[in-house]
Amino acid sequence: MAATQIRVLTLIVLLALWEATARSGLLYQDVVPSLMKITSAFLRMLFEAQTWHHFAVSAWEIGAGLVIGYVLGVAFGLAAGTRRFFGAAVAPYVDGIATAPKIVFLPIVMLLAGTGIASKLALGALSAFFPVAINTAASVRQVNPVLVRVGRSLRLTRWQMATRIYLPALRPSLVTSLRLGFGLAVVGVLLAEIKLSNAGLGFLANEHYSLYRVPDLYAVLLLVFIVAVGLNSAMGRFAERG
Amino acid sequence: MKESLAGIAGLAILAILLEIAVRAGWVSALVVAPPSALPSAFMRLWGEGFVAGPAGITLAQAFAATVAAGAIGIPWGYLLWRKPVLGEAYTPWIGAAFAAPTVLLFPLFLVLFGRGYATTVFIGFIAAVIPIVLKTREAFAGVPKVLLDVGRSFRLPESGLVRRVAFPAAVPGIFTGLRLGLIYALVNIIGMEFLIDFGGLGRIASEMYFRFEIPGMYVAIILIVLVSWTFLAVLSRLETWLRPR
Repeated sequence: MAATQIRVLTLIVLLALWEATARSGLLYQDVVPSLMKITSAFLRMLFEAQTWHHFAVSAWEIGAGLVIGYVLGVAFGLAAGTRRFFGAAVAPYVDGIATAPKIVFLPIVMLLAGTGIASKLALGALSAFFPVAINTAASVRQVNPVLVRVGRSLRLTRWQMATRIYLPALRPSLVTSLRLGFGLAVVGVLLAEIKLSNAGLGFLANEHYSLYRVPDLYAVLLLVFIVAVGLNSAMGRFAERG
Repeated sequence: MKESLAGIAGLAILAILLEIAVRAGWVSALVVAPPSALPSAFMRLWGEGFVAGPAGITLAQAFAATVAAGAIGIPWGYLLWRKPVLGEAYTPWIGAAFAAPTVLLFPLFLVLFGRGYATTVFIGFIAAVIPIVLKTREAFAGVPKVLLDVGRSFRLPESGLVRRVAFPAAVPGIFTGLRLGLIYALVNIIGMEFLIDFGGLGRIASEMYFRFEIPGMYVAIILIVLVSWTFLAVLSRLETWLRPR
């Protein structure tokens, strides 16, 4: 049997099991909603104006947060990668904060930026910053030293070194950073919305959860996953073509 | 050595600047806790049982999630290597799941399991099992063909080949998977505790915020960073120490 056939078969079996569980009545009503209910909730959601309002809020928070976190992360990574001493001095702190779950910084962010959109945007930026900074710093250290020496021998300024030597040499790594940053910004922003907000897809999911509208909850999460996974694989394909 | 001294000096300067900024009233003490308030806040949290107990609860959940993920993920990864057609069919899916924001599914687990340890540990399990499966498969796939050929030349049966040659050669790679799994489990469990106000360290950070105990909140967040960082450092050391040279 070929791999594709196995995948199709697996999908069919999984969906059948799901439907059987939904209809068996073993679980409390709608804990596992039937596929029909999820599909109709999904379609209904697509035609509701408020869905797209929440979508736009989340997209703005993720997009703007990602841009801020990405630009700062690349700049920091360049500094930490090119200046060995600075890089080694900050490494333990960057690694430490990078490992910790970013969502626990939400209280600090909310004290600084309030509980509105700015706090979600800031958490998205914070989530994106660390993987971008670490990935950039690691790739800077692997840039061909000949290129760096050529730049130095031409007496390039620091800014010219960054824009003419490092950034072009780092192109593949910059795309990887964008993917990493995007994935974490999505998680950071939506978790923050779920915790405390009044707009965005995370807020919508939390509303459905609190009111026990489980099929609608599935529909929102499905939308988030389709968009997130789709954008991620698009960036992956872009990176391969790079 | 010099670098770490510089790092500590930088941190100290930052703390002094924050202290000055708060005392001078440039930033409100309701937003940034003055660093000098942190030791006493830590003692208060410790006294109220908000440090050791919750840390133990969080770590125990992370270990439980990783043990379960290893028990399921290692055989699964082995199977994906042993049956290449299964590997070809499922590895891209698992890779996609690794990149997908799976933690966002937590409201569904709340519906399924309720607001309790089942949800937090399950989140940890999902976070841990994916890297364990991928790394186990990679570890087996990376066993040098020469080793397997030597085993065959000694007429080892297929089962002996796996047990005596492939598995020992794959152990370091499998350990990498377990290490990653444990860290992912820990981080996701802390985040989940924070989100649902339940369990160990994550819950403390959330509780301090809602009580508006600013220094306590900073202490809890710093504790989380320290625990994550210590875990990362100890496990990396352990791995280099265990790895055959």
